Amino acid sequence: MMQYLFLLLVLIMLGSAVSIIFIKDLLSAVIVVTVVSLVASILFLFIAAPDVAITEASIGAALTTVIFVIAISRTRKKIDKQD
Amino acid sequence: MHNILANLVSVEWIIYIASFGLILTGLFIVFTDKNLIKIIIGLDMAETGVNILIVAAGYIKGNTAPIFSKASLTPAQMTDPVPQALVLTSIVIGFGVTALALALVVRLYQKTGSLDVSKIRGLKW
Amino acid sequence: MRKIVGLLLIFGFGFYLVTIIGPVVFPSSTGEKASVGVEVLKNEVAEVGAANTVTSVVVLYRGFDTLGEVTVLFLAALGLTLLMKGEKHLQAKLFDESFILKTGSYLLFPFMILFGMYIIVHGHLTPGGGFPGGVIIATGYFIIVMTSDVVRLREGLVSFLEGLAGLTFIGLGLVGLFKPADSFLFNFLSKGTFNTLLSAGIIPFIYAAIGIKVGSELTGAVGNMFFSPYGRQKDA
Repeated sequence: MMQYLFLLLVLIMLGSAVSIIFIKDLLSAVIVVTVVSLVASILFLFIAAPDVAITEASIGAALTTVIFVIAISRTRKKIDKQD
Repeated sequence: MHNILANLVSVEWIIYIASFGLILTGLFIVFTDKNLIKIIIGLDMAETGVNILIVAAGYIKGNTAPIFSKASLTPAQMTDPVPQALVLTSIVIGFGVTALALALVVRLYQKTGSLDVSKIRGLKW
Repeated sequence: MRKIVGLLLIFGFGFYLVTIIGPVVFPSSTGEKASVGVEVLKNEVAEVGAANTVTSVVVLYRGFDTLGEVTVLFLAALGLTLLMKGEKHLQAKLFDESFILKTGSYLLFPFMILFGMYIIVHGHLTPGGGFPGGVIIATGYFIIVMTSDVVRLREGLVSFLEGLAGLTFIGLGLVGLFKPADSFLFNFLSKGTFNTLLSAGIIPFIYAAIGIKVGSELTGAVGNMFFSPYGRQKDA
């Protein structure tokens, strides 16, 4: 039964990974790569590597997103709202 | 034929398919996409795939995590701790590489005003 | 054209992966560990005394490697700082902060710091340790700094903490040279009671130093990127 849960998780992960090829909006692509990292962290937990899982969840899913969002906000063509 | 199907649905094969798929998809984005930030996203994904591959190399079906949390656990019941320690190192270094690459991209954008590789210089076709 | 060549390259590399790497790293069918892993699992409790075997591999068996890793992370942070630091600060305005977001982040901040400290301190007993704990502390700092205009990075304090933690790591390693074992990062403290907080000799102290170093380093690096004047052309 466990392998069908694995299959579902891997399908979600690979589906998000392939969809990044077609996504043009950078912010959406970053959020989708966060999904890939998060599912990878769940996979790590299931293959008996909790240390790697917690590291992947905190670095891959949290801090990488933060730094990507900062970089995107600094490379946008124009600021949407001027104040 | 039945053997191959049974193999495909087993946990190990699914993990290997996941890691190979992530590596190949990430490399495909690196090869074909023109946006610099998308290229770094592809590198990040390929790195996740490689990490899954290394951890899966130490995985033994049915064994527990290598932590002696209960006195009844014996070393024979545990998975290999060495690949996990390697991947712990790899994830942190991967973040450092990603951060440095993004800083370079931001400076490049300030110099050239574009994120498109082919506009910055005729490197890609 | 580009996509076709990319697909061909991917197919070639995928064929290489499946045929060359696939048979090499498929140990799960036989159920045999590599001999290094077997030795580590067998001798770890008697030699080191940490409940978490991964931590003992990271901090002691491959401790020198971890020192190199911290150095690589430091170099990456240094390069980022050199690229992004400028004279005047310009905060990247990501969104218009709302009252709920601001209050929520203020409420969340102490708990995230506490959770990061818990992860760091219990690194030798439960999953976690210095690297994820430090990253959680840095993330907690960034949740509050992205939503409020008031909080600023105290760069002096951050670099002082980072240097102090690095010195602690190397100092604890160097003390091992003067003891009878004569090796860098020798576990010179007593092992204590197995599976308690103060066990496994120098591992908790080294992992705490790594956690403080990683946390302050990433806070400084991402903070420099966040407050940097570069990027986003002026005539936009």
